[in-house]
Amino acid sequence: MATQALFGQLLIGLINGAFYAMLSLGLSVIFGLLNIINFAHGAQYMMGAFVAYFLLSLTGLGYWWSLLLAPIVVGLFGIALERTMLKRLYHLDHLYGLLLTFGLALIIQGVFRNEFGSSGLPYAIPAQLTGGYNLGFMFLPAYRAWVVVFSLGVCLATWWVIERTKLGSYLRAATENPTLVRAFGINVPRMITLTYGFGVGLAGLAGVLAAPIYQVNPLMGADLIIVVFAVVVIGGMGSIMGSIVTGFALGVVEGFTKVFYPEASNTVIFVIMALVLLVRPTGLFGRAS
Amino acid sequence: MSEPLLRVRDLHAWYGESHILHGVTFDIDPGEVVTLLGRNGAGKTTTMKSIMGIVTRRRGSIQFQGRETIGLPSNAIARLGIAFCPEERGIFASLNVQENLLLPPVVREGGLGLDGIFGLFPNLKERLRSQGTKLSGGEQQMLAIGRILRTGARLLLLDEPTEGLAPVVREHIGATIARLKAQGFTILLVEQNFRFAATVADRHYVMEYGRVVDMIPNAQLEASMGKLHDYLGV
Repeated sequence: MATQALFGQLLIGLINGAFYAMLSLGLSVIFGLLNIINFAHGAQYMMGAFVAYFLLSLTGLGYWWSLLLAPIVVGLFGIALERTMLKRLYHLDHLYGLLLTFGLALIIQGVFRNEFGSSGLPYAIPAQLTGGYNLGFMFLPAYRAWVVVFSLGVCLATWWVIERTKLGSYLRAATENPTLVRAFGINVPRMITLTYGFGVGLAGLAGVLAAPIYQVNPLMGADLIIVVFAVVVIGGMGSIMGSIVTGFALGVVEGFTKVFYPEASNTVIFVIMALVLLVRPTGLFGRAS
Repeated sequence: MSEPLLRVRDLHAWYGESHILHGVTFDIDPGEVVTLLGRNGAGKTTTMKSIMGIVTRRRGSIQFQGRETIGLPSNAIARLGIAFCPEERGIFASLNVQENLLLPPVVREGGLGLDGIFGLFPNLKERLRSQGTKLSGGEQQMLAIGRILRTGARLLLLDEPTEGLAPVVREHIGATIARLKAQGFTILLVEQNFRFAATVADRHYVMEYGRVVDMIPNAQLEASMGKLHDYLGV
């Protein structure tokens, strides 16, 4: 076994894991507070990449500006969705939220595919992050290293805010008992709107990170989101650290599977999901409610 | 005659399609401790949740300090200075004791500081880092009451604060209610146990079938025992 190939796949696994972690984190936070299984998450991730593309092609604003602006644009789009549609579903079964967001995902992806085809648009790696480092045992492209480090930082910052700050304690409490938190004088409906905006913005941010790696493609989120849902199920809904750890770990597992048994690399996550559901239905880090 | 702190008139409330309150009317004066007595299902908890805005389908009039609150959402009602301690206590499992204690925002000046709360409930100080739901039942009740004392709310709604507690803890809660009254808090108490209610309250409203059917000043409680037994079916 060539160490070169092993480390190469480890890196690809970490990259994929970074996206799994960022996306499942947002899904988990949204599900916790809104009781909505946000199937539009993949489409919103794709929108982040497209916003980066538009910012560059229409206004000349480059990657770094996109990293700041695209999450805001996509987050505001999410807020509009929440205010006009999702908020009508909170008292209904999870299934309705899933169906609505699934429909939204199909519409959004359909519109983008209609306009831009499905072959993908190029987005260049920012000049500061081209090239890479020769580590001796492998070549590490600078942009990929950046993606892993940056998304890990974003995930840990999110974890810190939710688990260690006053704002996070409101979020955790409202996830458990929104009625009581509201009766303490906290504007829970506004918090729900902002949380959805944040989770969706996180998907948009992941989309910007992905643009130079995977190209900007209307269907880039459609394939990814299925795996991300499996990651959420394995990690357990509602656990922040669980989402992060599971996301990165499963990316790496997938990468190693490509080295040792490539035929299974597309299914290994779903096999793990089935096993976890058999043994621990609430997921590895989930709390039984 | 001072104006009542809370003035409830012809309050109706619904859970979904079930009509629970059928015209509740009563007053609470500033500084009073008032109980709602009645059998299970009489509408005591629903009355509290309607005052707090947690039951959203309601009609009639609820004025707090002269201000109509019937159309306000519960977060706005809390901001006026009313605080609620639910029967199930509502301690958050994902928050430690300190986070639970600091969760309700301060809505007015004049609330107790942490030292004041620890003065009432010394146990809490020892357990600040524990998960909220790892406390004993009595400690959870102390936490549930303690955290609303910080907020500066002047009207406290306590729903069965002694339910399921050992006699010694019940006494502690009773003494606490007396101390809070001495500090000027106004308290509405739902109680199943009228013997406990008699030790802390100024007046008792008796509820039946979603209405207030009688008012008994605490001084006349002994003389009204026969009547009360009929109301409560004990």
